[in-house]
Amino acid sequence: MTVQNDNLTIAGKTFTSRFLLGTGKFSSKTALAESIAASNAEIVTVALRRIDIDQHEENIIQYIPKNVTLLVNTSGARNAQEALRIARLARESGCGNWIKVEVINDSKYLLPDNAETVKATELLVKEGFIVLPYMSPDLYIARELVAAGAATVMPLGSPIGSNKGLKTKELIQILINEIDIPIIVDAGLGAPSQAAEAMEMGADAVLVNTAVATAGNPQLIAQAFAEAVKAGRLAYLSGLPSEKICAEASSPLTGFLYE
Amino acid sequence: MFRYLKLRNKKMNVTLNGKPKDISDRTTLETIIRGHCQSPEHVVAELNGSIIGRSFWESTTLKENDRLELVSFVGGG
Amino acid sequence: MHFDLANIQDILSDQDPQLTERLAQEAARLTRQYFGRAISLYAPLYISNYCSCFCTYCGFNNHNHIPRLKLTADQIEQEMQKIAHSGIENILILTGESYQMTPLSYLKETVLISKKYFSSTALEIHPLEEEEYRELYLAGADSVTLYQETYNRSRYAEVHLSGKKKDYDFRYQAPERIARAGFRQISLGVLLGLSDLAEDLFALFSHLRQMEQAFPGVEYSLSFPRLRQIKGKDLSLSRIDNISFIKTICLARIYFPRIGINLSTRESPTLRDHAIELGVTRISAGSNTSVGGYSTADPERQNPQFDIADSRSVAEMLCMLKEHHFDPVLTDWRRIDNT
Repeated sequence: MTVQNDNLTIAGKTFTSRFLLGTGKFSSKTALAESIAASNAEIVTVALRRIDIDQHEENIIQYIPKNVTLLVNTSGARNAQEALRIARLARESGCGNWIKVEVINDSKYLLPDNAETVKATELLVKEGFIVLPYMSPDLYIARELVAAGAATVMPLGSPIGSNKGLKTKELIQILINEIDIPIIVDAGLGAPSQAAEAMEMGADAVLVNTAVATAGNPQLIAQAFAEAVKAGRLAYLSGLPSEKICAEASSPLTGFLYE
Repeated sequence: MFRYLKLRNKKMNVTLNGKPKDISDRTTLETIIRGHCQSPEHVVAELNGSIIGRSFWESTTLKENDRLELVSFVGGG
Repeated sequence: MHFDLANIQDILSDQDPQLTERLAQEAARLTRQYFGRAISLYAPLYISNYCSCFCTYCGFNNHNHIPRLKLTADQIEQEMQKIAHSGIENILILTGESYQMTPLSYLKETVLISKKYFSSTALEIHPLEEEEYRELYLAGADSVTLYQETYNRSRYAEVHLSGKKKDYDFRYQAPERIARAGFRQISLGVLLGLSDLAEDLFALFSHLRQMEQAFPGVEYSLSFPRLRQIKGKDLSLSRIDNISFIKTICLARIYFPRIGINLSTRESPTLRDHAIELGVTRISAGSNTSVGGYSTADPERQNPQFDIADSRSVAEMLCMLKEHHFDPVLTDWRRIDNT
């Protein structure tokens, strides 16, 4: 049984899959291609780097199907201006104008700089980019990003590459409750069950990279993630049984109404 | 005669992706890019801080001390 | 917790006393968690009963032949002195809905006087334009209370027969204007008994949710006045029994754990004393709902907006609260000048 019309819409574009795949750290480009295919990911992230002028490497783009939306991240940017520079370069490549704003000035934890992320989002939206900002879950920042014109908000579950899951669960739940644009949980998801958990909470999508790229069998776990995302989404749509209101044993409060 | 020969073989120094490089005088962007990149169709060129669109690669020649950045996509999260 | 109409309807119609008890326990737990046992006290001051509207359920309606009074600045000062003397620091200033008789200048003057006696001034007046609200805020008012009465448009039209109050949308959009004007506290509510309870609660909660999202920095509170007798005459259009009333308070607390819930002296002492265990966080004390009723008017000839059911004085309320291990709060913050 499938749920009709439960598509993910970002910036007017609709997607069937709510699983986004990052393309970093794969052992081979073939493994990447297989993972994209196995998970049916319709959005993948890539980064921009100086080409290695001494080696003639194949471009990763050749391994990404043409119908997949490229989300170019601004990794390497330590502030809003650098993010803007990278975004302009990305757009020039002709692969679209979807940018994942990733402004990180912390090489120990790779935590995003929320303040610079807001500035970068403002700058990029003004130049017509479709901006998907990566951030530390914070309601004020999320509201500023919405006001700046972000297409989604991408709060981290736990630090990049840590595979620790939804350590920021309560804060993400607040964003899901209060923010109207799509919430894509990004970073730190280490197991399909964690992706399912994020979807059950009401997240609109998840993005996974390390857990797939560095797995023993990336293709298989990519498929597992995709299925977990679907399961979590179905559970959310069906409405989870509400937590029972548990009465603590204490003196009755409403006896007076029935005397 | 001697002076004419010298002009024809003039080299110049530019910075390519952060590294110093000697290239011939009047090398175009098109030439450099094709010479160093396997898939030029996905390469983006930034010369002295400005993005140069691919339609201008043929007509843009490099000068002494130019800073050229050639970037393209790689895997990333 | 997410609320929806079906859920509210189910809870209200369920006759099981155990459900009521469970709701109450949960509401009590949340209230303790977010408010401790602090209960704020306030007193209402009616400064004018002139009204240009005909609301079928209200004692001040313009078809009702009662003596119309509007306090002068001196009389206001006198009333305020009397109230302040009892220890009250939060005042709620009320008027009938008359733009002519109680214009902005009069309201501003009242707020300026109020600043001398009270640390917090709330207003329950006719809906104004944003600029007018801003002037009142800058004059020193901290809070505005405005009930939609009922969110059911056809019912609203049935009971509001003349005057500016007929304009549903002007009233509905007022909380937004109040927030934009700078007010940090806004109180919303419905008049229980006017229309279908479940529908009105759902609409009220939805309105509150919208306000929370648009103006997250504002402190919100809810009120659930039940239509009462006026001079012995019962004007309610449908009965809201005590069980439904208590469930309403519990639902408000469960759906909005951090909002204030107000309870006036419309309700009996017994009910009020129980309600503060379940979610109510602000109550009035020593109330008089007649214009000039605290000091100037002859008690026998007063025309209250509603009959008071709990006539305990401030001192008596403080005593009761302490006996029940509550922490009565007369003032929980002082204004630095509103800018």
